[in-house]
Amino acid sequence: MLHIYCPHCAEYREEEEFHAAGQAHIVRPLDPDACTDKEWGEYLFFRKNPRGLHHELWVHSAGCRKFFNMTRDTQTYEIKEIYKIGEKPSVVDSSVPQEIASGAAS
Amino acid sequence: MSDAVVENIKMKVVANQLPEDSEKIHSMAESPLHHVDLASLAKQGLQEGGVHFCEKPLMGLLTLRCHPSAKQKTAIKSLLGVALPMEPLTSATKGDVTVRWISPDEWLITLSGDKAFDLESRFQDKLEGHYSLVNISGGTTVFELSGKDAMNVLKKSTTIDFHSKVFPTDKVVSTLFAKSSAIIRRLDEQRFELVVRRSFSDYIWLWIQDASKEYGLVVDA
Repeated sequence: MLHIYCPHCAEYREEEEFHAAGQAHIVRPLDPDACTDKEWGEYLFFRKNPRGLHHELWVHSAGCRKFFNMTRDTQTYEIKEIYKIGEKPSVVDSSVPQEIASGAAS
Repeated sequence: MSDAVVENIKMKVVANQLPEDSEKIHSMAESPLHHVDLASLAKQGLQEGGVHFCEKPLMGLLTLRCHPSAKQKTAIKSLLGVALPMEPLTSATKGDVTVRWISPDEWLITLSGDKAFDLESRFQDKLEGHYSLVNISGGTTVFELSGKDAMNVLKKSTTIDFHSKVFPTDKVVSTLFAKSSAIIRRLDEQRFELVVRRSFSDYIWLWIQDASKEYGLVVDA
């Protein structure tokens, strides 16, 4: 079981209370009508599946029911960082291009 | 949009869910453990044991959601008689009104069932700005576990650390109790209060009986 820090409750809780909500920092296209089918399809359905650092969205579903972000190593399950929605991660994999750094906040 | 429509949107509608005559509440409404007949169990069952259980039936529960401005905080304090607890996982009590922190923009208010509508109406009259207040009395019930082994029952049922160093009196957690959601608050060293879903209350009652068996379960009327 993972021991996860909720930044809203300011306390560690068991994984049982949380739900993973997929990849973080997915930016909705500003003008969906102007998207090609490929762009819209990639926004809706295509997700990263990295081996190593992954930025994820989690929700404290049995507690405060708030979403927050987590940087986790998918290989070792180690949680590197917890940060609130709207904040930028400080732990990033410099070997992969980071589109998060270009100002996408979510 | 005409002015009349805007007027309608501004008006908040609150309906009293209980009969006008507050004496009738107990004859018309049933607690979710009505079928258990706790009053008889209290007389027939164990009189001494490590765990005491009682239900606080038909209480008034209100969910308040807002990002309170300084002005709203003052208004809420005068309405409730106690300031909104802004620190995570804390609660505040004044008389029979208790306010629990649930999330950064959500609080759970409990008071006696016959006063809930009155408080709701006063909120609609006095509190300005963007907020939501919903009466959830019908969907929840309140249990109290006490006694020297009450904490052992909680330890079996949740993953929360209840040691008084990290779980002092008046601390509130929303968590899973035997896999169903519960809001647990410490009332004093050996007393805990559980706010649970009405539809899960029978299941939780059965769970508590099972988990308390080894300590002896005393039902308090």
